[in-house]
Amino acid sequence: MTAKLSLRGVRKRFGEVEVCKGIDLDVDEGEMVCLIGASGSGKSTLLRCMNLLEPVDDGVILLDGQDISEPGLDPQPVRQKIGIVFQSYNLFPHMSAAENVMLAPRRVYGQSREELRPKLAEMFGRFGLGDRMDHYPDQLSGGQQQRVAIIRALAMAPQIMLFDEITSALDPELVGEVLDVLRDLRGQGMTMVLATHEMGFARELADKVCFLDAGRILEQGPPDALFNAPREDRTKAFLARVL
Amino acid sequence: MSTQDRPAASPAAGPTRREVYEAGVRRRANRIALASTIAVVLALVILIPLAPGWEDVKRAFFNGRVFAATFPGLVEAFVLNVMIFAWSAPLIALTGLGIALCRDTRSPALFPLRLFGVAYTDIFRGLPVVLVIYIIGFGVPGLGLPRPWNSPYIWGTLALVLVYSAYVAEVLRSGIDSIHQSQRAAAASLGLSERDTMRYVVLPQAIRNVVPANMNLFIALQKDVALLSFIGPVEIFRQAGVYKSLYANFTPYVGAALIFLALTIPATRYADYLMNKQNRERS
Repeated sequence: MTAKLSLRGVRKRFGEVEVCKGIDLDVDEGEMVCLIGASGSGKSTLLRCMNLLEPVDDGVILLDGQDISEPGLDPQPVRQKIGIVFQSYNLFPHMSAAENVMLAPRRVYGQSREELRPKLAEMFGRFGLGDRMDHYPDQLSGGQQQRVAIIRALAMAPQIMLFDEITSALDPELVGEVLDVLRDLRGQGMTMVLATHEMGFARELADKVCFLDAGRILEQGPPDALFNAPREDRTKAFLARVL
Repeated sequence: MSTQDRPAASPAAGPTRREVYEAGVRRRANRIALASTIAVVLALVILIPLAPGWEDVKRAFFNGRVFAATFPGLVEAFVLNVMIFAWSAPLIALTGLGIALCRDTRSPALFPLRLFGVAYTDIFRGLPVVLVIYIIGFGVPGLGLPRPWNSPYIWGTLALVLVYSAYVAEVLRSGIDSIHQSQRAAAASLGLSERDTMRYVVLPQAIRNVVPANMNLFIALQKDVALLSFIGPVEIFRQAGVYKSLYANFTPYVGAALIFLALTIPATRYADYLMNKQNRERS
């Protein structure tokens, strides 16, 4: 069985600094993969490479066996299939929550507001935001904004969702409500890749955990194996610090 | 010091020590400000009339009879200023937006547009407004165009539009640049095209951010409409000149100044208010 998303020898450098030094990774359909590692280990960059926000310097990214990292390829259709949610939400501040969500489906898929509204109401309701659709981002808490950002990405009906430390900017008491959303998505079989510092969450739900260190995947495996019996010294040192 | 502060007093216990102290400081500051203002005003009121030419200046610039006779005519002439302003302002906003977008194009096929945008802003920001008004206002009608296309209104206004849209374009471009990269990344990650990203995500925020800066430009424009008087249209400045010759008195200029101020001071205050509000929201 071919993986939904495969990375082979992916390299990315910013100026003098090589952030990804040859990454190999397979994400199967319906799988949830967690990337863990210290800040600067390359987790975010790797996610941004996966949906082509950053072009890779070398290596191949395959989506359903098709090379999407080919230079010159139109990134738009790929991005519609791979959604991403950012640490800092990045909602559009001049639009209401509902308008934030509807913009891309309207412009890219040509759907009308009337057509989108019922589906939206259902999603907002499911994520506990039923009465927040017409609020502006600055009227919402961080946790609410982040849930809107997730709905915005989901509204494009992506096949894969990427989450870039989406709870890192949140107050501790708001983290839970966002993780609940991820749990919900997991239950529906969404293929997901998360960069996260929530080790408890990774341990509970991930199918596979990858430990990144200085631009390489040093160790990967099922959460039980990685958290309970890490093989590499650096993994042990990292886990000792964060657990 | 803090160890001496009263332990959390009940709210009913009256003003805290700090409130009493701050109120004292405020009263003292107000007293000093009042005294120094009175001193300066008194000095001006007493000293200026002592100048040897004061009586002549008063007669030439602050003549009540001339003021009363010319003021209505000046207000009437000012309507022309407002009209020229009113139809050049939207043109400036549109042209400025166009030029700003030209400068922001990335596609190689549109490089000439980009070059045009750069050249345009460099040239028109580099020239005195009055020079552009002369060159276009006298130059184009010189082509021998039929009426009404030889009117100095049209070409003088065009000169204003050309110059001011260069400034507006620069202000808009700074607004576009001020939108954080993460907003573009969010739009791109949703599969929006660059065009839609600009139109729906970047521009609405950019334009909102530069409203105060543009208001200041439009206040300057309202004043610069008076420059058109050099090529013909009888707006308020030229009308004041006519009255000056008629009455051999400078009071009409003072009248014109008052009329300008009646419009520009509230507008400037409003722009400052918007600017402050925006700064507060950002911090």
